[in-house]
Amino acid sequence: MSILTYIAGWPLLAALVLVLVPRNYRVIIRAIAVLATLISAVLAVKMFAQFVPGANGFQFEQQIPWVESLGISYHVGVDGLNVGLILMGAIVAFAAACCSWEIKEREKEFYILLLVMSGGILGAFASLDLFFFYFLHELALVPTFIMIGVWGRGERKNYATFQITLYLSIGALIALVGLIALYLQSGANTFDIPKIIEHAKANPLAVNAQNFIFPLLLFGFGILVSLWPFHSWAPLGYGAAPSPTAMLHAGVLKKFGLYGLIRIALPLMPQAAHHWMTFLAWLCLGNILYVGWVAMRQKDLNLLIGNSSVAHMGFIFLGIASLNLIGVTGAVLIMIAHGFLAALTFALSGYIYQQTGTLEMSRLGGLCRQLPFISTALLMAALAGCGLPGFANFVGEVTVFFGAWTVFPRVTGLALWGALLIGALYMLRAMRNVLHGPLPEKWAAIPDASHVWRKLPYALLLASLFVFGVWPRLLTEKITHDAQKIVAMANPVSEKSNAVAISEIRNPQSATRN
Amino acid sequence: MNASFITLEVCVIALGTILMLADFWMPAERKKFAGYATVAALAGLLLISLGGAGVCSVFGTAFNGAFVEDALALFFKRFFLIAAILVLFMSAEFSDRIAAGVSEYYSLIVFALAGMLFAASSNDFVMLFVSIELITITFYVLVSFQRGKITSLEAGVKYLILGALSSAFLIFGIALVWGTTGKLNFNELAAVATQFETNKLFLLGVLFVLVGLGFKIAAVPFQIWVPDVYQGAPAPTTAFLAVGSKAAGFVLLLRVLFTAVPSVTAHWADLLIVISGITILYGNLCALPQRNLKRLLGYSSIAHAGYLLLGVAALSASGQAAVMYYLAGYLFTVLAAFTVICLVMRQADAEDISALAGLNQRSPLLAATMMLAMASLAGIPPLAGFFGKFLLLKAVIEQGATNHGYYCLAFTALAGVVISLYYYFGVIRAIYWSKETPDLSPISLSAPAKLSIWICIAGIFWIGLFPDTVLDLANEAAQAFSR
Repeated sequence: MSILTYIAGWPLLAALVLVLVPRNYRVIIRAIAVLATLISAVLAVKMFAQFVPGANGFQFEQQIPWVESLGISYHVGVDGLNVGLILMGAIVAFAAACCSWEIKEREKEFYILLLVMSGGILGAFASLDLFFFYFLHELALVPTFIMIGVWGRGERKNYATFQITLYLSIGALIALVGLIALYLQSGANTFDIPKIIEHAKANPLAVNAQNFIFPLLLFGFGILVSLWPFHSWAPLGYGAAPSPTAMLHAGVLKKFGLYGLIRIALPLMPQAAHHWMTFLAWLCLGNILYVGWVAMRQKDLNLLIGNSSVAHMGFIFLGIASLNLIGVTGAVLIMIAHGFLAALTFALSGYIYQQTGTLEMSRLGGLCRQLPFISTALLMAALAGCGLPGFANFVGEVTVFFGAWTVFPRVTGLALWGALLIGALYMLRAMRNVLHGPLPEKWAAIPDASHVWRKLPYALLLASLFVFGVWPRLLTEKITHDAQKIVAMANPVSEKSNAVAISEIRNPQSATRN
Repeated sequence: MNASFITLEVCVIALGTILMLADFWMPAERKKFAGYATVAALAGLLLISLGGAGVCSVFGTAFNGAFVEDALALFFKRFFLIAAILVLFMSAEFSDRIAAGVSEYYSLIVFALAGMLFAASSNDFVMLFVSIELITITFYVLVSFQRGKITSLEAGVKYLILGALSSAFLIFGIALVWGTTGKLNFNELAAVATQFETNKLFLLGVLFVLVGLGFKIAAVPFQIWVPDVYQGAPAPTTAFLAVGSKAAGFVLLLRVLFTAVPSVTAHWADLLIVISGITILYGNLCALPQRNLKRLLGYSSIAHAGYLLLGVAALSASGQAAVMYYLAGYLFTVLAAFTVICLVMRQADAEDISALAGLNQRSPLLAATMMLAMASLAGIPPLAGFFGKFLLLKAVIEQGATNHGYYCLAFTALAGVVISLYYYFGVIRAIYWSKETPDLSPISLSAPAKLSIWICIAGIFWIGLFPDTVLDLANEAAQAFSR
């Protein structure tokens, strides 16, 4: 059994066990959930440490045939692209389970759904089979809707649930059509991603088929990742979601679409990708500038964080759109960094909501005095979100900008404004409103995160941001080697573009490899 | 004469006759027992049919080709036997609500089963008509069995009138086909059908046959009877109608379209695409405002007829296999839902969704079963409905290159799936998170009821998680059309 099976399997197994635990054993239910996610996080760290950078092919592979007549098999494995994502997902899942103490009613169901969601998404990232890739994502997606609908907060809960369900179901189903069409068109008669890619190297997909399938994947996955103008579900949904759900969805589940684009769409449909990338780059600006601008006008802290998380997706899309090694590496870096960051900010805002019962910024203030630990963490998260060096986000964003500059100088120039100015403006203003100024009297007695267990999730997420911020080589040495393969496939030799030139400079044999 | 092929059918008919006669000497309080005895007998037949050895392993034709025993027939026979077993479990639970003639109720179910078994094997228009009539006429009685209930009688009358109309269409269609070609056997017809491709009367005949079958499977525009009949009929009847009668319609539809007139069917892709798309949208949209659970499942069954038609419209072996696979998942899912309805909603006037409120406290097992059934109907992994919909969609998209209508159909189906999430989740919400909980008395379950529920749950998970076995059987069954 591969370690990956255990990473995804423990939460799912724990969910099954929880079904059998009576609902009034609250401590046991919580302990099982936290323990299962802890085990999977520890295993993920071990897996990350044992990963050999630059090795050819997938590591920790396991394959079990499932439906042989269709070529579906349970196939997991990691390379540089998903090793970091799985690590991030497992840590965020553990943090989310820790933060779930705020759930006070129907705890059993909540933990079951949370564990299914964690296991599903970790499995989806580890999966190297198109069917399981989609299947496990769907398994993780459905609990999201239920959790928002049942444990959500605020007056617009029902509307938010309705919108997020509608958008994400449609996005997922469009992507499903794309994936099925891809399976049928590839002619490899298997759902195994490495085999399909291998097959496509010899017989590339016809350009018409590419032009039909690529937009399905781009927009299907795009809706899942809140690509502008299909983003409106995200701030609303995250605003209404209980914080563990928001942490897992914004942090981990959302990255599925981006990962799918990089892993599947780019290498298999290079011509269509080139055709659509300029368009995608301009859509990114919608994310970065327009949504950033919307974030400036928010009065609710969670809506602001939600909008800022949508804005960050713009950078990742920009990295993908650049289709060169630096850009794609940067995109993967931001995916990981943003996972930690989004989870951290939603966890912190959840804590504040738990204590004050509101997240309206005009009614908050001066929390630094009363909640020193939470406020410091929130401030650091905000600065990380603005792209302060020292945090992982900076590394990713700067890499994306270097990569994108050579391909889309104009878009990158505009995006820089979004990153530097707009991001800093709304984040710092929010911090001033929430953390500084006079403390309203009614909150003079609210408690800070006091003991170790309460502090642990925040500290863990913050530490991860730090570690990858000051030592990005941990990730880049793993990512570049496999990003190189993707980029090489996404840039067929006939295409005369800057991207090829750059990848050739970085790695002269890449152009001739396929 | 190889009459040994109909051993299974003969056994079933004998069983039905014995049940009817048993009514004369069996005391009224042993009625539940009669139901379980029937279940045991059918389970024995099912084991024989699954065993692979003996009567069911030999393929061939009988009665001058009118009766065919092949992988397809065997697949559906097993399907109908399982359906009848689960429905009989439900009927035994329901028996205390039937005023008189409980063993008649059982025997009618068994006779309807015999009709379905013949339908699975029919390879001739006469056989088709006789088996359909055997199913339909027994259902006239089954639907209106609660004679004291005005809704049940109303449902019976509606089913009778519209059923008679559809039979008229069917027999008229058969007459036209016979009049133009002179053939009734499907294989013989297939051999000459190409010569009649442009004959308007022949095409009209085939169309009328499809109308008659469309009534059975509840495809738009022949779905008018569904909501009222589903609502008014006793729960076990509705369940058998939703699963058995629909599947019988599908096996006959597949036989007619792909064995009897394949050359005509090849030109009718557009017609099938349109009917399938409209059926999906109609069923799902009309289900949205429903509050009566049986009525809601009636509309949902229309929508599922639409999904199943996706596989028929694909005109390919993978499409036909997908239909069969989907039906297998649908069997356990729908019967699970109706078993819960039968056990929970004892008062006929309380079939509203709100009657499910607090079910989680009353009986966690029933609540979980209903939730799984709804989730599987909605197509949520890892349950049976997900993989079934996946196969159907795959079959449709596979054909997209030949006709772009298929892509539109795939997107229509997806729209239907998204719409359906709303009402399926509405049921789940009523079970788990309803605010008002009027009745919190625990529901006691008899051991056989528990058994049938666990069978359904196991089926839903087994077909969803380990699709290999059923899919192989379905693929093998679909080979029947390529020969």
